[in-house]
Amino acid sequence: MIEAHLPALQVVLPLIAAPLCVLLRHAGLVWLFATLVTWASLAVAIALLQQVLAGGVIVYELGGWEPPWGIELRIDEANAFVLVIVASIAAVVMPFAKRSVADEVEADKIYLFYSMYLLCLTGLLGIAITGDAFNLFVFLEISSLSSYVLIALGKDRRALHAAYQYLILGTIGATFYLIGVGFLYIATGTLNMVDLAERIPQVQDLQSVHAAIAFILIGIGLKAAVFPLHLWLPNAYCYAPSVVTAFLAATATKVSIYVLLRVFFTVFGADFTFGVVPMTAILMLLGGAGMLVGSLVAIFQTNAKRLLAYSSIAQIGYMVLGLAIGSVTGVSAAIVHLFNHAMMKGGLFLVLGCIVFRSGSTLVRDLAGVGKSMPLTSAAFVVGGLSLIGVPLTTGFISKWVLIEAALEEGYWYAAVLVVFSSLLAIAYVWRVVEVAYFQEPSREVAALREAPMILLAPTWLLILANIYFGVDTSVTLGVAEQAARTLIGAGP
Amino acid sequence: MKHHRILRVAAKLLIPPILLFALYVQFHGDFGPGGGFQAGVIFAAAIILYALIFGVERARQVVPPSVALFLVAAGLLLYAGVGVASILLGGNYLDYSVLAHEQTHGQHIGILLIELGVGVTVAAVMITIFYGFAGRGS
Repeated sequence: MIEAHLPALQVVLPLIAAPLCVLLRHAGLVWLFATLVTWASLAVAIALLQQVLAGGVIVYELGGWEPPWGIELRIDEANAFVLVIVASIAAVVMPFAKRSVADEVEADKIYLFYSMYLLCLTGLLGIAITGDAFNLFVFLEISSLSSYVLIALGKDRRALHAAYQYLILGTIGATFYLIGVGFLYIATGTLNMVDLAERIPQVQDLQSVHAAIAFILIGIGLKAAVFPLHLWLPNAYCYAPSVVTAFLAATATKVSIYVLLRVFFTVFGADFTFGVVPMTAILMLLGGAGMLVGSLVAIFQTNAKRLLAYSSIAQIGYMVLGLAIGSVTGVSAAIVHLFNHAMMKGGLFLVLGCIVFRSGSTLVRDLAGVGKSMPLTSAAFVVGGLSLIGVPLTTGFISKWVLIEAALEEGYWYAAVLVVFSSLLAIAYVWRVVEVAYFQEPSREVAALREAPMILLAPTWLLILANIYFGVDTSVTLGVAEQAARTLIGAGP
Repeated sequence: MKHHRILRVAAKLLIPPILLFALYVQFHGDFGPGGGFQAGVIFAAAIILYALIFGVERARQVVPPSVALFLVAAGLLLYAGVGVASILLGGNYLDYSVLAHEQTHGQHIGILLIELGVGVTVAAVMITIFYGFAGRGS
């Protein structure tokens, strides 16, 4: 019986757990409960991925109402993979959260923190799983509102300002998406994605449909922090609690990129998106500029958290570039980079979380000599950094290899050159941190730091080692990504 | 505002009908205009009016902040719980038809319960937000 209801449980488990956290109140109990829930969510996500790989698309009718009238949850390879990414990051981050959150969040707000964390997870999973364009907006708001709260809980008072900035821009993004969906509803009279896909070709000459794709691109582009709509991201990542930064950096923008993929390929269809609308040119420009500007600005950051945040903007550029290329290889590069980047940035932000736990500062100059006092933490940064650069045997290399292959296949050699150039810039900003950490004399405070506790190091290294594992054995990630790309483009299995 | 006799008397006269009207909107929602969200807002408006006229302290005695927070969670749990109940009774999530012996009756019970959940949560959230603003600086 359970198997048939897995799609609903995927969303409902964290949704029910969130209010239960408020009722439990006790910080330790709430943490234990939330951890078990995220692990259960991961189990559900993996089971769903296996079901999809074995038996194709899963459809679940919410409330027993038949689509297109009712809301359906619709899972194919693409969103099953995204579900696994989101759920696995949420599950790995939770053990880390216990000590880190106790250190960074006020004691009487901890139970509310976990409640918000679970709500945010609900929203992100919901965005990925739903097959209804309006329902997607609802989950987008659930995840956004809870992430504003999570960011505002940061220790630094500037966290409030960062959360407010994100709130304004995020709301504009969500509103633009809704306006886009509204235009589509006017033109087609339906909100179900599959139904939309069938009806849009008949109305594709209408101005309102063209306006719809523009609104959705900008709206979701804001949420995904696609250059130049990324202004909220550096502050939000920089001042949020470490756990939140790691969780959001690894999941929130990825889910938004997935939404772009879903809307462009499933709802509008590749013919409309790339044939009628010049989406390739638009996205190629945005992605390329994002890669360059993000990497360049990252080099000059004085705060390591901010540095990684700008690097995220560059990495999102890679995904957008893969999306722009639009071929099976291009889209699978984008999808596999969703996973790989989640592992890199999740791991790297957890490393910074370890450092914050001991020293309280992520300013690059305060990291001087940290390689001696916190060897395991610093080594994790080096490995994660190598993956970020794209050194062979790491996940970063796989992403970039596939991306360059896709670019060359379609004759976009300049895009391939950009990817390589941006990777060279990545060496510069990763090296800045590594150089300070290993080749500068530690100050007295840094020399006195102890290695981060095991409970923080274990999740961090788990993600960092995942970078190596999935950099060597790509059969799972690349295999699923390719299948997902084929399903999205409709090129057959 | 305790010295404004007219306001005090008017508020005392108005608050009970407002609460009653909230309940009417709540339970009549499945037959006419209204529903949980509107009812919750109206209900909270009555409490907020009480707080404005008689002071936040006395309102906190009527609806303690901890109770409001409990209700925020309880309403959502009721809503989500109805969905779980329908799974356990053999339907899909939030399929109300299986909640009673007969389909129409089940739909009726289902919508009544989830609207109640919405009403409770919305009222509690409104009151909690009001406390949040009113409690600043004190």
